[in-house]
Amino acid sequence: MIFLEAKKVVKKFANHVALNKVDLEVPENSIYGLLGPNGAGKTTLIRIINQITGPDEGEVLINGRPLQPTDVHNIGYLPEERGLYKKMKVGEQVVYLAQLKGLNKRDALKKLKYWFEKFEIQAWWNKKVEELSKGMQQKIQFIVTILHEPKLLIFDEPFSGFDPINTNLLKEEILKLRDKGATILFSTHNMESVEELCDHITLINNSKTILHGAVDQIKQDFKENVVELIFSGDENILRSKLNDPFSIRDIKNINNHTKAYIELGNTGTINDLLNILIKDIEINGLTEILPSMNQIFIRVVSESNQTKPVETVTA
Amino acid sequence: MSKIGLIIKREYTSRVKKKSFIVMSIIGPLLFAAMFVLPAWLSSLESTSEKHIAIVDDTQKYEGAISDTESMKFTWLNSANEESLKSNYKNMGFDAYVIISDDLLKDPSAVKIYSETPVTINMKQHIRRDLEKYLEKEKLESFNISGLDEIIKNINNTTVHVSTIQLGEKGTEKESSTELTMIAAIVFAMLIYFFVLMYGTQVMRGVVEEKTNRIVEVIISSVKPFQLMMGKIIGIAMVALTQFFLWIVFTILIITGIKFALFPGGEMPTRMDKQIEMIQADAGQDGSVAANSDFAEEFTKIMEKANSLNLLGSILAFFFFFIGGYLLYAGLYAAVGAVIDNETDSQQFVMPIIMPLILSIYIAMVAFRSPDSDIAFWFSMIPFTSPIVMMARIPFQIPTWQVLLSMAILTASFIFTTWFAGRIYRTGILMYGKKVTYKEIWKWFLYSGK
Repeated sequence: MIFLEAKKVVKKFANHVALNKVDLEVPENSIYGLLGPNGAGKTTLIRIINQITGPDEGEVLINGRPLQPTDVHNIGYLPEERGLYKKMKVGEQVVYLAQLKGLNKRDALKKLKYWFEKFEIQAWWNKKVEELSKGMQQKIQFIVTILHEPKLLIFDEPFSGFDPINTNLLKEEILKLRDKGATILFSTHNMESVEELCDHITLINNSKTILHGAVDQIKQDFKENVVELIFSGDENILRSKLNDPFSIRDIKNINNHTKAYIELGNTGTINDLLNILIKDIEINGLTEILPSMNQIFIRVVSESNQTKPVETVTA
Repeated sequence: MSKIGLIIKREYTSRVKKKSFIVMSIIGPLLFAAMFVLPAWLSSLESTSEKHIAIVDDTQKYEGAISDTESMKFTWLNSANEESLKSNYKNMGFDAYVIISDDLLKDPSAVKIYSETPVTINMKQHIRRDLEKYLEKEKLESFNISGLDEIIKNINNTTVHVSTIQLGEKGTEKESSTELTMIAAIVFAMLIYFFVLMYGTQVMRGVVEEKTNRIVEVIISSVKPFQLMMGKIIGIAMVALTQFFLWIVFTILIITGIKFALFPGGEMPTRMDKQIEMIQADAGQDGSVAANSDFAEEFTKIMEKANSLNLLGSILAFFFFFIGGYLLYAGLYAAVGAVIDNETDSQQFVMPIIMPLILSIYIAMVAFRSPDSDIAFWFSMIPFTSPIVMMARIPFQIPTWQVLLSMAILTASFIFTTWFAGRIYRTGILMYGKKVTYKEIWKWFLYSGK
C-alpha cells in the first residue's frame, strides 16, 4: 500500500524550476531513498511534504488523502540544515520542540525519559546546548524528530556529523522504527547507507525524476552480466575453452588463485558457463557481479546530464 | 496551549530570565526617581553651604551696597587689608574676595571677584545686581526729585506674576507647569524611541539567531512561519511591557520610600504646614533640619506639579503608541533578520528603518516647543513618525480627534507592514549564504507561495 504519494509536483522559484512534474510513491512501512546530486530539488520536495512551502502544481497525498495542516503531527522531520537554540537548556528545549509537535507536557516528559535513558544521556538534561559536542547535539535532534512517534519520518542527511559508532546506533534505531510501522523517507548522498537501509529509491536530477524503483530490481536492471570466477590452474585453459557468447574482461592472479571476470554476453547463462568449465578447471567460487548504488548513481546522473532523457525502470 | 502561545512563552521567559533584563529593570527606575529627587536635592544643596566673601572698596563709596543673603555673607574691609587678603584670604575665613578699584560710573569693569574655586553664577549675579541697583539709585538721586524714595518703592511693587492655568474638560482648573509638561513630552517621546529601537533590534536578533542556529527549519516544520514571526514579536512586546511595568512600580516604590523618609508622619504636608515646619526649623537653629526641610519643600512642589499633568491619560496613550509603533517596526525588523545571515550584514537594511525613527526625534523637538504647528500635526499623522511625535504633543492637551485619527492610521499601517514583512520573512528564513539585494527582496514579496 502506498503511504505517501506525490503527483506531478511542480515548484518554480523566481529564477529557476526546482521540481518539474516529480512523482513519488512511498510504500507503507518501507525505507525509501530520495537521491540526487546537490541542487537537484530533493530539499524542495521534502519541504513541500512538510508543508513548509506549497507546490505550484500537483499534489501530495498521505494515506490516500491530500495533506492537511494537522499532518505535521504525523511527520517527523530532521532537516539537513538543523540546529538547536544554543543558550537554552537541553531539557527545556526538547520539551518545547515536542510541544510544538502537538505532544502535551506530561507525555513529552514520559517519552523523553525513555529515550534519554536509552541513549544514556540523562546527565545532559540541565546543560545548555552550547556545552554539548556536535555529535551530542545530533543525538538530541534525532530524539526530538522521533519523539512524537510519527507515522512518516523524513531524514535529510541524518548521518552527517556522527562518528561510526553513533551512525550504527542510528541505523539500528531507524530499522527498529520501520519494524514498528513507520514509513521512512531518507535523503542522502551516502550510497553505502542506501544499500544498507533502503528498499526503494527515487533519483532526481535537474528537477526531474530520472530513476525510481526497488533497489534489488534496479541493481538487476543495471547489471552487466559479469561473473567473478575464482579458480586454480592454468588460465590458458580458460581462455581456450571460452567462445562466443562468453568473453573475458579481466584476469588477476592473487596468491594461488586466479580471478577472472567473465562477460556472459546476451545469451550466456551461468549454468552454460559451468558446464563448459567444470571438467577442465578447479572452480573455487563463482559470483554474479551486481553494480553498486554508487556506480549506478554516477552512471545515471552523468548520462542524464549529457543527454537529459527521462530514463525510468519499473519495479 | 496553542502553538503561538508556546512560542510567545518561550520568547518571553528566555528574555526575562536574562541578566541584562534584570539590570535594566533596576537602573531605569533609579534614573526616573533621580529625575524627581535631583532637582529638589540640588536646590536645597545651594542654601546649605554658606559663603563668606570679603570686599575691599578702594573708592570708599559703596560700603553696604551689596546685601547679605542666606548663602552669601559679605564683610567690608578697608584698603589697608588688601595685601594680606591677597596672600591668605582663606586663612582669614573667606571663600572669595571682591575688589572695587575705581568709580563704577566711570569704569563699569572696576569690580573683580577673586577666588580659587569657581564662582557660582548666583554669586556673580547677586553682586552685579546689587551694585547696579545702587548706581541706579545714585543716578536718580542726582536729579533731585522730591519724594524719590516713595516713587521707587511704588515702582518696585509693580510686579506681574504669570501662572498658567490648564483648563480641564469639566471646567476644572489646575495649575500646571509648562516646564514639567515639556519634560513629560520629551520623556515619553524618548521612551518610545528607545523602546522601539531596543526591542525592534531584539526581534531582528532573535530571527538571525534562529537562522544561524539552523533551528528555524525544525520549527517551521511544526508551525507556520507567520506564527513563528508573530510569536516572537508578541513575546518580545510582552517583555517590553513587563520592563515598563517594573519601571513604574519600582519608581513609585522609590519615590514613596523617599516620601516616608522625609515625612515619617505619613501624609505629605500641605504648603501651610510646611511654612510652620520651616519656621520651627529656623527657630531650632539647626542647619541640617533646615536643609532637609528645604529639600522636602522642593520635592513636594515637584510632586504636586507632576500630579497636575493628567499622567493617567498620557500613560494610556503612551501604551497605545508604544505598542503600535513597536508593531509597525517589529515586523520590518523581523524581515531584515530573515534577509541577512548574520548581524554584521544588517547595516544596509536597518538604515532605512532607523532613519524615520531619528527623524521623529528631531520633529518631536519641534513639536514640544510648538505642539500645534503644521509640521507637528502632519508628522504625528504619518505612521512611521507618529508614535514619537504624537507622544511629544499629547501632554499639551491637543484635540482628541487628532489623537484618535493618528491611532487609526497607525493601526492600519502596522497591519500592513506585518503582512508585508511576513511575506519576505517566509522566504528569507530558508535562504542561507546568499547576498541579498533589494531587488531580490521585492521578488520574494511578489512571489505568492502557498
